[in-house]
Amino acid sequence: MEKDLWIRIPLSSNYAAAHAVKDVDVDVVAAYPITPQTTVVEKIAEFIANGELNAEMIHVESEHSALSACIGASAAGARVFTATSAQGLELMHEMLHIASGLRLPIVMSIAARALSAPLSIWGDYSDVMNTRDSSWITIIASTAQEVYDSIIQAYKVAENPDVLLPVMVAYDGFTMSHTYEPVYVAKDRSIILDYVPKKRPSWNVLDVEKPITMGVVANPDWYYEFKYQQVVAMEKSPEVLKEAFQEFEKRFGRRYGFIETYNLENSKIGILTYGGLYGTVIEAIDYMKKMGMNVAAIRLRVFRPFPYEELLKAIKNLEALIVIDRAISFGATLEGPVAMELATMAYKKGLDIALHSYIASIGQRAVTEEDVIAIVKNTVALLEKGVKVTEKSIYWGVRL
Amino acid sequence: MSASTKRLASWREIPIGGAITEPGNSVKRPTGDWRVFKPVINQERCVRCYLCWVFCPEPAIKILDKPYKTASGREWKITFEVDYDFCKGCGICVEECPVKAIDFIEEVK
Ligand code: SF4
Ligand code: SF4
Repeated sequence: MEKDLWIRIPLSSNYAAAHAVKDVDVDVVAAYPITPQTTVVEKIAEFIANGELNAEMIHVESEHSALSACIGASAAGARVFTATSAQGLELMHEMLHIASGLRLPIVMSIAARALSAPLSIWGDYSDVMNTRDSSWITIIASTAQEVYDSIIQAYKVAENPDVLLPVMVAYDGFTMSHTYEPVYVAKDRSIILDYVPKKRPSWNVLDVEKPITMGVVANPDWYYEFKYQQVVAMEKSPEVLKEAFQEFEKRFGRRYGFIETYNLENSKIGILTYGGLYGTVIEAIDYMKKMGMNVAAIRLRVFRPFPYEELLKAIKNLEALIVIDRAISFGATLEGPVAMELATMAYKKGLDIALHSYIASIGQRAVTEEDVIAIVKNTVALLEKGVKVTEKSIYWGVRL
Repeated sequence: MSASTKRLASWREIPIGGAITEPGNSVKRPTGDWRVFKPVINQERCVRCYLCWVFCPEPAIKILDKPYKTASGREWKITFEVDYDFCKGCGICVEECPVKAIDFIEEVK
């Protein structure tokens, strides 16, 4: 990393998102305030007011309108951004499918938060996991630096003609959105714009010289083909994501992949999780090392497209995998949304691996290093009893 | 034409996101098959006032250069007719016609 191109400043993940938006030179921002997302857009408003970003800020009356405005602006060829959390993301839900169905490269940041009722403003991933089937590429960051970098990468992927799908970049509400970390941001946005150039849009744009109609009806003899186009775009996206990560690393020296691993070589048991909780898991693994116990950590960074090739490489030598999910899929075979993916993957690839699904950090219930160590001990005991796959997810920390 | 007689384009051949890139191509696709009632202009009563043509939201009223002579000997240079390929049977023309020259007849198929 060339030091003189960057400044290192303390930023929350929300502010890191705002800085990324400024540095990719977004044209239109439409958002509605919701805790814990609000400071993203406040910061962007400040950049616009200061003249640091020349963008149109559209004040809307709801998140449904925010994403609608982004859809319109993106259809007109603008580079657009929005941000939300929890109920806001739920209110956008209808428009999520319209954004991806119209193949508009919108980028959104999400300070992940629990869903009402009862009302909780605190962090978990219920909101993000609810968007699973909306055909958005989903990146989950675990540091403020990664939030900044991922939003920049998101535009490169979204706007690629082989993809043209919207991208969301999520991170823990409060524990990341409102805590400060040192972050490298570009001194001059030109280096970022060399990486994600603003060229004439490659997607269908509304242009008076070349009129088109968007948002039309597709009857039973057409609809299926348009959905299949989205399937193909999602299938092509891993290659485009990979190239975007590699070029990012080559230019800026910061390395990202679909997953991240820690202490994998020495371990028979692995813990897979996502978001800021990964940091706690790493700490716990270091403690366990000192106690003479080797456990691996795996972080899922890209949730959609689900990176099963990379995960397969990571878990194929493990005997047991603990998946700590941060959202509940009520009534599912395994109630952890990511655990379900892993179960499918293990079956698909014929893996002989124990899979223990845990649910934790719901409504930001604290998960400490001690919890992680206790989860591992619990799994060791279950393995001794011969439990290969947990009958249902284990609700860690709930008062029984 | 039904799917069984005409080969429809594959997912590779159609614009992404369902965009229609050919302006005005709706004339190629008849959409008048959901009518329950069908407006029929009584040429004897019609006074060629254009109101049905103005109000039809489709638009599915055709103005034809077709002379017409009524039984009482009145000669018209033009004729108003309904384009049944596009008429949705909304009944607006029936409601608006000032001389009640449009009958609304139930479709029997
Ligand atoms: S019924 Fe409606 S659509 Fe049909 S001709 Fe009259 S106004 Fe037009
Ligand atoms: S509104 Fe009635 S009278 Fe006027 S042109 Fe139409 S059918 Fe004829």
